[in-house]
Amino acid sequence: MNFSPRTSIIALLIIGLGAVPIIAAGIDEPFYTVLFSRMLILSIGAVSLNLILGFGGMVSFGHAVYLGIGSYVVGIGTFHAIEDGVQWMGNGFIHMGIAVGVSALAGLVIGAISLRTRGVYFIMITLAFSQMFYFIAVGNENYGGDDGLSLYMRSDFAGLLDLSNDNTLYYLNFVVLLASLYISHRLTNSRFGMVIRGTKSNEQRMKSIGFPVFRYRLVAFIIAGAICGLAGVLSANQTDFVSPAVMHWTRSGDLIIMTVLGGLGTLFGPVIGAVAFLFLEELLSGFTEYWQLIFGPMLVLVVIFARGGIDGMLVGLDRWWNRLNIINKEGDL
Amino acid sequence: MNWILLLEQTLNGFQFGILLFLLAAGLTLIFGIMDLINLAHGSLYMMGAYFAATFTQWTDSFLLGALLALPACMLFGVILERIALRTLYTRSHLDQVLATFGLILFFNEFVRLIWGPIGLDIPLPGLLSGSVELFFGIRYPAFRLVIIAVGILVAFLLYLLVSKTRIGMLIRAGASNRQMVSALGININLLYTIVFGLGAALAGLAGLMAAPIMTVEIGMGEEILIVTFVVIVIGGVGSIKGAFVAALIVGFIDTVGRSFLPDILGLFFSNDVADTAAPAISSMLIYILMALILAIKPQGLFPPKGA
Repeated sequence: MNFSPRTSIIALLIIGLGAVPIIAAGIDEPFYTVLFSRMLILSIGAVSLNLILGFGGMVSFGHAVYLGIGSYVVGIGTFHAIEDGVQWMGNGFIHMGIAVGVSALAGLVIGAISLRTRGVYFIMITLAFSQMFYFIAVGNENYGGDDGLSLYMRSDFAGLLDLSNDNTLYYLNFVVLLASLYISHRLTNSRFGMVIRGTKSNEQRMKSIGFPVFRYRLVAFIIAGAICGLAGVLSANQTDFVSPAVMHWTRSGDLIIMTVLGGLGTLFGPVIGAVAFLFLEELLSGFTEYWQLIFGPMLVLVVIFARGGIDGMLVGLDRWWNRLNIINKEGDL
Repeated sequence: MNWILLLEQTLNGFQFGILLFLLAAGLTLIFGIMDLINLAHGSLYMMGAYFAATFTQWTDSFLLGALLALPACMLFGVILERIALRTLYTRSHLDQVLATFGLILFFNEFVRLIWGPIGLDIPLPGLLSGSVELFFGIRYPAFRLVIIAVGILVAFLLYLLVSKTRIGMLIRAGASNRQMVSALGININLLYTIVFGLGAALAGLAGLMAAPIMTVEIGMGEEILIVTFVVIVIGGVGSIKGAFVAALIVGFIDTVGRSFLPDILGLFFSNDVADTAAPAISSMLIYILMALILAIKPQGLFPPKGA
């Protein structure tokens, strides 16, 4: 095991995330559990987006759709569980199953049409699909329409987990994040992942070698959607509220920012990015009401100057560290 | 079927289409020539409206305010291009989307800081605030007719500029092959600035004309920006002709769909279903149209030659 600065920082981040509820309870600031819980959920969304954006080079500008689908599955389910007394509709396992299923289906439909296009057309058609889902939610008066839906109970995990406890929910988020990281790691290093990465660097070549590029891309698109749908389920439970705003196009933009800020096409980049994004939002909005006045230009500067995102900077730190070590060893000789 | 309402909504759709064209023309040129996806184009539209509101307050005349707002927008666009966007031309589309998304956040917050969070209303001059009698006794707001007239005039001038002048020739050449244009010794940076300034002025014009009929508010740019992107994607990115045709189609479908869809759905489904489904479906119509067109023609209706 090589404990370079980058590995150590990322390991500390993950361990730190695991310890948040304990620390928050220790310093009596339960608010931090909620803040970091949001970081975890958006991390899951960013990890899933990274599968297609970072490894596959597909700039999907509609990834928040799946957050919306997952959220509305919980919202509509608990709504009927309480209003009509349909017990099974409040069940968390069913929420997760349906959210994954519907998200995968949506990913199949959106992907099948969008992936026929390239470049700016792809960006815009994914955006158009997210707008469609957004307007479906806005127009659906039965479930709150524009105003959204308050959840009067969280997903019920049949006595196994009690999500009304914020710490339990936090660790559920944490476990799902670790699972999605594991899936991301296994997937990107498999043959399937290699093909996806190959299509990013040279689509024509992959086609001429004989890979059905479209189908590989579509499967990746569906997997990414399904994972993000799970994040939607957690998000609705976290906020106790569902509204069309969860799939507003700026939310999709936020997910892209997190992924790029952390480091595209790296395993932990999206997690670093989501944590950094929400941390900055929290810090700057405490500092001034007009925090986006600072955040906006910061984003432009990150794009222009820090191309590999934060993870890229850590790689730079590693290089510097290695040089330092070599110099020190030469000194010993 | 209510024919007077249909005619009125058709005119409204036409007027909306004209506004969309003013935005789309600039956006499609900027994309065609600089290969830049500029999400902040909607901010230029918003700035046009806010400039017009402020200048109208200062001068007590909407006309003077509009005439001042136009060069202000152009200047604003040129400065924006020089400071922030120039470095993005050679970057990937993803970088451009991100950076200009950051600019949107900045401009929205900037406007909130300067003009406050509450929307502004621009009063129309007396002459334009009334309505005009068209044929068959149909009355239509005068200002909307002015928008249509100005839009058609600008579209015609733009056509002349692009197809008959030297600058236009360079613009067309730049859209089909940028490297070749700069290799032939044309100052491509100057051309970029001119195109961006032109696009900014057109967006500002759309903004200041929309200002009196819609509220001037933060976020007004984003709503119309996405529709504008739908327009240029349907029309074929980089094509002004495509932008014009697509803008009119989208403007028409969006406006007429919103007012007639409940009736049309009512023919097939129960009133209850029609009333609940119509608002959602009419907001989605243009996106459905776009998905359909891209599924059949992935490059849009009028893909530019050589692209």
